[in-house]
Amino acid sequence: MSKELQGSAGVFATARLISAKDLRVERRSRVLLNQVLPFALIVMVMFAFALDSDAILERVAPGLVWLATLFSVLVMVSRSFAVETADGALDQLRSAGVPATGIFIGKMLALMAQLLVLVALLVGAAVVLYRASFSWEGGVLLVTTAIAATCGLAAVGTLYGGLAAGAKGRETLLPLLLLPVVAPVLIGATRATESAFGTNGIAISEGWPWLGLLVVFAVLFSVAGAVAFGPLLDD
Amino acid sequence: MSTIAHEPGIDVVIDLVDAVAVLGSFPALAGATLSVCRGEIVLLRGPNGAGKTTLLRLCAGLIPLERGHGQVLGVDLKNDRELVRHRVGVIGHNNGLYADLTVTENVRFWGRTVGATRAEVDAALRRMGLDGRLADLQVSRLSAGQKRRTALAGLVARRAELWLLDEPHAGLDAAGRDELDQVLKMAAAAGATVMVASHELERAAQLATRQVEVVAGQVREIGAP
Repeated sequence: MSKELQGSAGVFATARLISAKDLRVERRSRVLLNQVLPFALIVMVMFAFALDSDAILERVAPGLVWLATLFSVLVMVSRSFAVETADGALDQLRSAGVPATGIFIGKMLALMAQLLVLVALLVGAAVVLYRASFSWEGGVLLVTTAIAATCGLAAVGTLYGGLAAGAKGRETLLPLLLLPVVAPVLIGATRATESAFGTNGIAISEGWPWLGLLVVFAVLFSVAGAVAFGPLLDD
Repeated sequence: MSTIAHEPGIDVVIDLVDAVAVLGSFPALAGATLSVCRGEIVLLRGPNGAGKTTLLRLCAGLIPLERGHGQVLGVDLKNDRELVRHRVGVIGHNNGLYADLTVTENVRFWGRTVGATRAEVDAALRRMGLDGRLADLQVSRLSAGQKRRTALAGLVARRAELWLLDEPHAGLDAAGRDELDQVLKMAAAAGATVMVASHELERAAQLATRQVEVVAGQVREIGAP
């Protein structure tokens, strides 16, 4: 057992505590509902106006869903850590010996839950605005893709959010750090969603290898984040 | 091992002898010797940059002890400083509260970081006079003094045995300062040990049972106010 765990709640109890707290803060402040979801929907509508062709929109719908998700992740990660740093709560958590791995997992799970709601809404918007459609089998691929991709995005977002939390100019630093790293998620999730939607006649079976990439990415960054989050916060 | 002679039966909470702590390459504490017993309220005074905050952070296990001897709550700061963190409460210029949550939710959150029960959280709220109407108010709607009291209730719920407070009177009005002093006296009477770094010497001296001066990284005993 690591030294910081002795006397404090364990990693999983801490993760449960942090994620419940983050979701409660969201329920009270309604930032996701009143700001992030409208922002993501506006991005989708603006793309529809800019491209202005049903055929093109149908073809690019999967990419637009995940681009809008990426833009929204930036807002959500900033918000998640602004809550922690506004009154020094993150410093207090560390100085109280609360396990950093538990903080990481808790914040990641809360972010992932919110991202899943966002992606579900954006897929709905793609169906309405871009006439995207999917079969039952495509739906299974879509759901597993959403879970794996949001897990990866939440892991990277939490890791880099923690890194940028104490930095000067964190609002501009976060996109610079985050966007290049999540490029594999954008590519993998877009390809898998194309298969799920059957865009350009792509078979559903072609989407599963991309899902594999998303799973590897999610596992890699979840483990890296759990290990590196404490030293990052302490520095 | 305590290197300073204490009366038998008195519980030594902080025991530093020739403690050296370095910030970057600068020795912010340069051979500090200090002994604090359970239930004391110690005022740290001294000019800016003298090492008061570094001393608090060293006692909280947040920075390493480079040289000398240091024990806090019986924990060796040289080898096991992480072990002391969950037994120590540190409040600086920030309170560590979540503005969107209520007073009760904040105190419960901090209590649960050490597995405190609902009864312990309720007791902490009662002890800080935060039960009743205030309990269900969102922190964003509290006065500065009420926020500080909520943060201290979090320390009680966390069962912190040593309270390290950096400028706790800052930003509080007269009523808030009175409230804070009352709470700290109650905490000390209940067995907590309090160390306060403050520039508000007159007020803090009324509160403290003992004063020490930190000058150029060294601690000088002043005695009772």
